[in-house]
Amino acid sequence: MASSASVGVGYGTGENPDGNAESQWPLWEVFTQEDGGAPHEHAGSVHAPDAEMALQNARDVYGRRGKVVSVWVVPSNVITASQSEWAGPFFDPGADKAYRHPQFYKIPRGLKGF
Amino acid sequence: MEPIETQPSEEALNAVFERRIAAGETIEPKDWMPERYRTQLIRMMSQHAHSEIVGMLPEGNWITRAPSLKRKMVLLAKVQDEAGHGLYIYCGTETLGIDRAELVDQLLTGKAKYSSIFNYPTLTWADIGVIGWFVDGAAIVNQTVLAKASYGPYARAMIRICKEENFHKKQGYEIVATLANGTPEQKAMVQDAVNRWWWPSVMMLGPSDTNSPNTAELIRWRVKRKTNDELRQRFIDLTVPQAEAVGLTLPDPDLRFNPDKQGYDFGPIDWDEFWQVVKGNGPCNRERLQARRDAHENGRWVREAAEAYSAKHARNEQSSAA
Repeated sequence: MASSASVGVGYGTGENPDGNAESQWPLWEVFTQEDGGAPHEHAGSVHAPDAEMALQNARDVYGRRGKVVSVWVVPSNVITASQSEWAGPFFDPGADKAYRHPQFYKIPRGLKGF
Repeated sequence: MEPIETQPSEEALNAVFERRIAAGETIEPKDWMPERYRTQLIRMMSQHAHSEIVGMLPEGNWITRAPSLKRKMVLLAKVQDEAGHGLYIYCGTETLGIDRAELVDQLLTGKAKYSSIFNYPTLTWADIGVIGWFVDGAAIVNQTVLAKASYGPYARAMIRICKEENFHKKQGYEIVATLANGTPEQKAMVQDAVNRWWWPSVMMLGPSDTNSPNTAELIRWRVKRKTNDELRQRFIDLTVPQAEAVGLTLPDPDLRFNPDKQGYDFGPIDWDEFWQVVKGNGPCNRERLQARRDAHENGRWVREAAEAYSAKHARNEQSSAA
């Protein structure tokens, strides 16, 4: 089994093209945007020999149903991602700083509609 | 950045993993997981993906013979969805560190299994209706629960599939209802299809809990959230009133409502038939695998053309940049 260590997100290796048709094509991560102004969201992945065909495959697989208005494809092996075991320390400067939250601040009593 | 300098022991990692599972957390591709969790998921997810792909064959058999343009368009869309569903699950399986090429190879060499149900033939147009009603109905029962599986990519693929699959069951039931209200010949044809597909559909939810070696472990890991027998009961309870509503009978004389369990009792299942089909001796096992091998072989020129096209464009870009 291939190691997925080279790819930050762990969505497979995306490595290997050796030029013959039986090799596995590179892996591309697919991000789709639905109409209504939502951000692009990870949908899945496709294999394709180049970006143009990756985009077409992504359209066929992930835009076949529903209201997709935009698709991004990104070679899986260029994504850098945090490691899950870092999760605690890496995201630490969040909740423990009370001054990042509106409740930290006092406003004059009786003021309505701040 | 390497915050962890000494590797924690396998026991420590496993304890963290079990705690996360027990807390209902989602396991993601990069998270540490026991090797057995990984291999069990690869086995289960790849079987599921293969089932979607092989599942195109019995229905694809009727695309050219659908009785109207509307039915033909619907069937084309449904079969295309099944291909898409196979691709969603293959992509989820690959996050566990196995290559697509290897997965496809396991199917084509007969090493991997797929759902037993697709080894039965589609003899009449009514079979297409009954497959949508029974087979997609049973699949929805199973997949709705799998959408809460502990492995993130599997659960997300299931959510995507469930959203798309409801029309599959409904279009099938509509075909069935139409035939059941048709001429005596049409009604006989759909009753015959029901008689042939009922037991294989009841079986497709998997071996009984007393004979399913993987269930306990998969339940503990929250990959499965319901046992095969629980899913089977749910499928039967949903389907019986649907059969009554269109005036069709299910071929089980022991089928009757049990008020104590608020569900239907049903007759014994022929597990010998199930295991024969799983082991490769069903009516269509060889034909299905041969069709997949032929499709792979006949698609070779397309893959070669795509590679040649991409190589040509890469060369053109290089020379125009020079």
